[in-house]
Amino acid sequence: MHRFANPTRFMRLSAALLPWTAGAALALIAAGLYLGLFGSPADYQQGESVRIMYVHVPSAWMAMFCYTFMAGASAVGLIWKHPLADLAAKATAPVGACFTLLALITGSLWGKPMWGTWWEWDARMTSVLVLFFLYLGYIALINAFDDPTRGLKAAAILALVGFANVPIIKFSVDWWNTLHQPASVFKAGGPSIDPSMLAPLLLMGVGFTVYFLWVLMLRLRTEIVAAKVRALRLRQVRSGAPATPSGATPLGAKG
Amino acid sequence: MKPKRRRLTFVLIGMGLLGAAAALVLAAFRDSIVFFYSPTEILAKALPAEQRIRVGGLVEEGSLEKVAGGTVRFKITDLAETIPVTYTGILPDLFREGQGVVAQGRFQEGVLKADEVLAKHDENYMPPEVADALKKSGQWEHMKDAMEGAGQIPKGAAK
Repeated sequence: MHRFANPTRFMRLSAALLPWTAGAALALIAAGLYLGLFGSPADYQQGESVRIMYVHVPSAWMAMFCYTFMAGASAVGLIWKHPLADLAAKATAPVGACFTLLALITGSLWGKPMWGTWWEWDARMTSVLVLFFLYLGYIALINAFDDPTRGLKAAAILALVGFANVPIIKFSVDWWNTLHQPASVFKAGGPSIDPSMLAPLLLMGVGFTVYFLWVLMLRLRTEIVAAKVRALRLRQVRSGAPATPSGATPLGAKG
Repeated sequence: MKPKRRRLTFVLIGMGLLGAAAALVLAAFRDSIVFFYSPTEILAKALPAEQRIRVGGLVEEGSLEKVAGGTVRFKITDLAETIPVTYTGILPDLFREGQGVVAQGRFQEGVLKADEVLAKHDENYMPPEVADALKKSGQWEHMKDAMEGAGQIPKGAAK
């Protein structure tokens, strides 16, 4: 792991992987959507509405996966002070927030025709909404400090504290009476979903994961470059050289 | 090496304490976290008459009757106790006998006068042909039992 955590090596490796992950993500999601929307049967109970599942469920998986990844990277950043780990957590947050929002919106659209309500304060829905706010809080906290390393440290602690919410989301449907049904795929006794419907669902799940890898590498590359630029500017400012070209403000100058 | 070890133990202990705190809070607020009560739980509680409450369970087979003016009467069961419900309004598409429902309203003379009825579905997904085949081969009842064990019957209800 440490071998790939070297920024220079990461830049080289990710440059080679970027087009492949992009292509694979697009192909998997296209195939999954086609199978889900056209190539799979309607549900015996829910009819055609069940097709919302092929976007809703993978989004919800990714919402939790991204947060777990973010908390893990934050822990590595806090304990081992690895610069790439902090940046990886930072790069993950907006992606996870988008997945969470997508899960909330598609869930609402699915809830109205099936349950008869857009929104209820049941344990599953409320805990996912809390997850969304945790992502937003994390992003806000990072940007609340003038010194980026201090922002990353504070946000990393928030990410770890908020991690308590992830098992609550997962097991909310088992611990309490909820309107939301229990898990269909990751549960004891194997999936309770027909193979013809499980296939497009898993395809979408893998597609979303590869998409996340692609966007994560893209964002992490940008973060690394931005950190380098910041370091260069700081060095210029410290050496007192009037090296900044006219028009550009050195980093320390703006609020 | 020393500060790394110290930070690691610090984070681990912190996460442990946090988990314990979260578990205590959730256990303490259990009553406000549950979305609905089962008929058994409702009957065990002495409820103040005017309290709005949600009751969840299955619509008892053969209990659904339509009264004049778009009002329906049915019973919610957890296979141990039943609660009679009346409701005026549009029922969700999934509403039918044997289906999981959550009704919200106030009790009047032992009957829940519901102002909202939500359908609850289980975690089983399959094409209609598979459902038909299961019914034909007699495995449906077995499936139903499994469903009732998990998604449909409220937790804490009689097993």
